Amino acid sequence: MTSTLEVPARTLDASELAAVRADFPLLARTLRGGRPLVYLDSGATSQKPEVVLDAEQDFYIQRNAAVHRGAHQLAEEATEAFEDARAKVASFVGVSPGSLVWTSNATAGINLVAYAMSNASLGRGGEAAKRLAIGPGDEIVVTEAEHHANLVPWQELAARTGATLRWIGVDDDGRVRVDELDTVVNDRTKVLAFTHASNVTGAITPVAAFVAKARSVGALTVLDACQSVPHLPVDLTALGVDFAAFSGHKMLGPTGVGALYARRELLEAMPPVSTGGSMVEVVTMEKTTYAPPPQRFEAGTQMVSQAIGMGAAASYLGELGMDAVAAHEHHLAGLLLDAVASVPGVRVIGPTDTRDRLATVSFVVDGVHAHDVGQVLDDAGVAVRVGHHCAQPLHRRFGVASTSRASAAVYTTDEEIEVFREALAGVRAFFGLEVS
Amino acid sequence: MSSSMEQLYQQVILDHARFPHGRGLEVVPERIVGVHTGESHQVNPTCGDEVTLQVDVAHTDNGIVVLDVRWEGQGCSISQASVSVLHDLVAGNDLATVDQIGGTFRELMSARGNGLDDEAAEDSLGDATAFTGVAKYPARIKCALLGWSALTDALIKTGARPTEDS
Repeated sequence: MTSTLEVPARTLDASELAAVRADFPLLARTLRGGRPLVYLDSGATSQKPEVVLDAEQDFYIQRNAAVHRGAHQLAEEATEAFEDARAKVASFVGVSPGSLVWTSNATAGINLVAYAMSNASLGRGGEAAKRLAIGPGDEIVVTEAEHHANLVPWQELAARTGATLRWIGVDDDGRVRVDELDTVVNDRTKVLAFTHASNVTGAITPVAAFVAKARSVGALTVLDACQSVPHLPVDLTALGVDFAAFSGHKMLGPTGVGALYARRELLEAMPPVSTGGSMVEVVTMEKTTYAPPPQRFEAGTQMVSQAIGMGAAASYLGELGMDAVAAHEHHLAGLLLDAVASVPGVRVIGPTDTRDRLATVSFVVDGVHAHDVGQVLDDAGVAVRVGHHCAQPLHRRFGVASTSRASAAVYTTDEEIEVFREALAGVRAFFGLEVS
Repeated sequence: MSSSMEQLYQQVILDHARFPHGRGLEVVPERIVGVHTGESHQVNPTCGDEVTLQVDVAHTDNGIVVLDVRWEGQGCSISQASVSVLHDLVAGNDLATVDQIGGTFRELMSARGNGLDDEAAEDSLGDATAFTGVAKYPARIKCALLGWSALTDALIKTGARPTEDS
């Protein structure tokens, strides 16, 4: 990955964008007072195209059966659909199906890695798992930009094992301090966990620099790819990370499903975390041997219809072309930044230029709390996220308790951002503050 | 701006949010014989709003009386105005009245914006009736109740009564 993303010329033209929007039934609904919906909260969860809804429904109507057991035809078809979905999602992020574990969401994926390391530290998984063991004197490094999902599991792992948690700071533009890699990461570092793109600032992390540094000290890399996979072309093999987690519901798929990628040799070395049915080879009253990955990490009945829905979402995005999706959203990022910059008394928390950033723009309206900003925008039909966006340390870094966040997706239009701008322009006046 | 916005953000609320009453904690509350002070810190984890509230109570011939309420906090106009109004309603009242007002305010917050049938009860709320419209927005009810939750907890911590009120 180069330091600056190349933005391809091909984007979605007006008719393609109209066709995309027609695929999302919810976008056509109206809100209180008959206002059209302007959905700028895709960073929290995306809307779902009909093909995803159909895929889930089709599974229940045509193929519903338990997967990976049963010898009947329905069970075979259900298993095939489930594994076909795994292949689709794996291919979408450039990895092999055997290195992709279904999880309930990205948070569960990151916790799976942390608890597998914890178990390895207790000697589970034997000799092979020792490379995942961690203990006193070892260090875990994260960044100040992390979502709580890629911070708290590491705090907990450190607390359980006696390892030390350290972190890389964020600069005034909201970008992670690449220059701190050399001062924070060292021979004691066992894990370098970082986000691919911040869910608050929208800044994209230069993954190559992080991976190179981690490799130079023999640390494992864990990438939170929740915000990148729905919006950018992501090839996890090319990025060279050891682990990556992302969720279905942010990439046009259903809730309740996500995926954890791990390099196959690591997945094979990892001891199980959640244990029980479906993840075993031989069980006696005394002990159990475990199935090879990915099944080793998929205990119990899986979220089959959701996985199939996530597979359909990956195919949908793949057919649109992630280059075109990224180009469209790059254009939207510029519009969002211009909209926020045009309103006096509003400042962006994050990069104010479109280089290496998502169309996710968090901002503070001076003198008005984010919750109140969100309420006034809602009154204009504009849905944004308000609060700390599960990133309290990052907000603390900028001296604010909360921000408002407008986040776009492939289906967002220029006109919607204009509605947002007009509504935002009225906020300070509504609360009796000066507007110029 | 729609009329529902004006119902939600009544002028009384905006005024209390901008010029709050009772703001400012005592680092070490002054110890006066017979006065019990309780403090509570409450956070709304969904938005990060916080309030720290101190309450002084004393046993008198009229039962337990809330002598003063002080608070510090940061958050949306609804949460901050609500604590300011709470200060006005609570300071100087006896505990039975405070409990009654708190209970009535919680009822108002469950009334989905329709207000209360009991006019006398509603009158006892004073400026707090301005929060009627908040109950139409389920996400904002917690904002309005943040200070009241802190008061309940702080009153327990004064030791003036053994358990949480109803």
